[in-house]
Amino acid sequence: MTAIALPLGLLENPRLEQWIGFEKAGTIRIASGKVELGQGILTALVQIAADELDVTAQRIALVSGRTQATPREGFTAGSLSVEHSGGSIRLVAAEVRGLLLGIAARRLNCAETDLTVVDGAIHRWGVATGLDYWQLASGLDLTQNASGSRPLKPAHLRKYIGTSVPRVDLPAKVLGSARPFIHDLRPDGLLHARVIRQPWPGAELAGPEQVTAHADIQVVRLRNFVAVVAATEQAAVAAAEKVASQLQWTGGVPLRPEQATPGWIATQPSLNATVTRGVKGDHAPAAKRFKRTYTKPFIAHASIGPSCALAHFENGKLRVWTHSQGVFPLRDSLAKAMQLDVSAITVEHVQGAGCYGHNGADDVACDAAILAREIPSKTIRVMWSRADELAAAPFGTAMVVTLEATLSSSGMPIDWTTEVWGGPHAQRPGAAGGVNLLGAEALPNPPKRPPPIEIPEAAGGSGLRNASLLYDVPHQTLVNHIATALEPRTSSMRGLGAFANVFAIESFVDELAAEANVDPLAYRLAMTSDPRARAVMEQAARMADWTLQKAAGQGRGFAYSRYKNRAGYRAVFVDVDVDEDVRLRRVWCAVDAGLVINPDGVHNQVEGGIIQAASWALKESVVFDQGRVASNTWDTYPILRFSEVPEIHVTLMDRPRDPPLGVGEVAQGPMAAAIGNAVADALGMRIRDLPMTRERIIATIAG
Amino acid sequence: MLLTINGAAREVALSDDTSLLDALRGDLGLMATRFGCGAESCGACMVLVDGKPSYACTTPIDALRGKAVTTLEGLGDAARPHPLQQAFLDEQAGQCGYCLSGILISAKALLDRTSTPTRDDIVQALDKHLCRCGAHARIIRAVQRAAARMSTSSAT
Repeated sequence: MTAIALPLGLLENPRLEQWIGFEKAGTIRIASGKVELGQGILTALVQIAADELDVTAQRIALVSGRTQATPREGFTAGSLSVEHSGGSIRLVAAEVRGLLLGIAARRLNCAETDLTVVDGAIHRWGVATGLDYWQLASGLDLTQNASGSRPLKPAHLRKYIGTSVPRVDLPAKVLGSARPFIHDLRPDGLLHARVIRQPWPGAELAGPEQVTAHADIQVVRLRNFVAVVAATEQAAVAAAEKVASQLQWTGGVPLRPEQATPGWIATQPSLNATVTRGVKGDHAPAAKRFKRTYTKPFIAHASIGPSCALAHFENGKLRVWTHSQGVFPLRDSLAKAMQLDVSAITVEHVQGAGCYGHNGADDVACDAAILAREIPSKTIRVMWSRADELAAAPFGTAMVVTLEATLSSSGMPIDWTTEVWGGPHAQRPGAAGGVNLLGAEALPNPPKRPPPIEIPEAAGGSGLRNASLLYDVPHQTLVNHIATALEPRTSSMRGLGAFANVFAIESFVDELAAEANVDPLAYRLAMTSDPRARAVMEQAARMADWTLQKAAGQGRGFAYSRYKNRAGYRAVFVDVDVDEDVRLRRVWCAVDAGLVINPDGVHNQVEGGIIQAASWALKESVVFDQGRVASNTWDTYPILRFSEVPEIHVTLMDRPRDPPLGVGEVAQGPMAAAIGNAVADALGMRIRDLPMTRERIIATIAG
Repeated sequence: MLLTINGAAREVALSDDTSLLDALRGDLGLMATRFGCGAESCGACMVLVDGKPSYACTTPIDALRGKAVTTLEGLGDAARPHPLQQAFLDEQAGQCGYCLSGILISAKALLDRTSTPTRDDIVQALDKHLCRCGAHARIIRAVQRAAARMSTSSAT
């Protein structure tokens, strides 16, 4: 046996039984701490387990995201689930298969190599032995720790990994045959609640002493936390409206329009850090320098389904149903916020609408938990309104990115500085010991929020995510400013800082290429030595026919990135038409994700990322007015529609022997830059501030 | 009050101003029709009323006397899926799937009206629907696939 480095999940959850079990004949329990967010992870994990165990996918009974029944695996975030949970399950499955074959070999008095597994049945020299996993499992001690020492199945023997197995969760959603979403849960005796949120951060309830509501309505008031509870959802919604109209608020941080601008963020008190890399060469003081600033606004998660949760409190025990990305961190934060012992709380994941980061899921779970404790022995369901979904959940922070390059005589960058300003990106419940649950902050004795932090570079960074260059530039300086007292809350949104940083860097590289009078693709290739990076760029260029001539008003743009400088590679070309609006016409995209578990799943993630990033780049910005978040409807926070969606072509590079690289967020950064570069190509003028709306185009043309 | 839902008469004891969405997801226990915004802005709650796409979130049940309501549950089931449902599964047209029931309803109204829709027809029929995950391209392909299948099977 050789010692190998186990994935984090296996180090923290070492016992085999935490991941696998044979409790029911004919099926194999596989447990994962990762959860389905609409990204298809459950399907990918079934594929991995089925392949390593030599069983049909139908035999895998996957349990996910339950504090009482699954391994603790942090958050389902960062495009890491296949690598982390998938990596652990793969090792565990291979090991358990090997251990069971060992038992079978002893029983049959033969060598392990004489045996094969056919859908869980043990065969010797190709003939069924009458033994199967479930008979043998009683002789296997699954309380032992995983060693990770069994070899994984080689590429040519895989049956499921690398194939487009249909999503296991989709039929219920298309057929209307089950109740797939948390919104659909209706346990007996359920009560419906709505929370009347503080209108701006830190607002204090000023009155009145008593509110009037219908006799059937229970009003819960705990300092600044106000909620109504009713027998029906309809009654709760009506009561919430009636109570909200009576409440008076004072104090706190009313939001002014200028606070939503990136420029304002850059003037706020901040934590500052500087990193330098490489060797600063001697360059002539007269060397040409080039400096530009790019910005993005606050953006909202804007899920189609509002956040929702259920909670039940009885005999000192709290049970919570949630669509949170992290059931364990949520449990721990609820314990702190409600002064309960962690062992008194169970948290169970149920699917919600699409999740793209730290949204309102944890907050609404806290709302339900607070109310459940106030009204014990009843199950309380809280759903947010559309307005709260768009206004009360944490935002993706506004950012300012200033880039400065010193150029060689041939126009290539030889020294480079990236300076980034923004709010925090990593404020999830539990981060750095903080809590960050909106409802809890309205209670007496509110718990502390996580302090603003930068995620370490080894884990992909946050504000500086993808700020470090992927190009061969001899010396670079990275300066990070994290605003320390920003309101409203900002936290993780798909790609974190990568969206703004890649938009800035890949726009700037195009500007430098134009300055050097070099084709933008050739310019990038000239400073790219990583062969996998070159391969995706060249592949995308072939797909798009980069040399094609364009008509007036049309533009073509290119951008490249490698997510977190360590995950999936992506190169993208886009075609746009620009008059006063930007019309995104076509997108060609090449992705290197290493080993792909489910090609169609990766296509789906990449296509979705392209469309969502295009929506961010072209349409979205959070607006403050009259103290509040004013972009709280689909009219005031528009997103990309069917009529605005481009034709999309995606190619996956064939890399079955390389480790899997996350793809869930690979699309976000390059997309905005490619659009910006295409707009600059069409207009002859560049837009450096997102979103690239009609107003911005008109203002840019007007100069 | 008597409602006709998916071809069946259903009695509900609710006030006249109750929204169809509350009735469906409440007393009637039909959960496939979803709340998204309550303001006719996202299409998550779309149902057919006498064959026409209608927002269940703002339609009071009082307005439905003598009319036929169709929800996703009325399109088909696992044993006999509607060609649209089959096509959405074949194309894996969805990510989180929250928006899909409303989109399937509008797509059905389109295919009931024309068996050979152009891409523009599909885009126009679905433009009132929001999808945040970005499954649009697949959804359009799925509707095209269903239309092709339906016109082939009706021609034979």
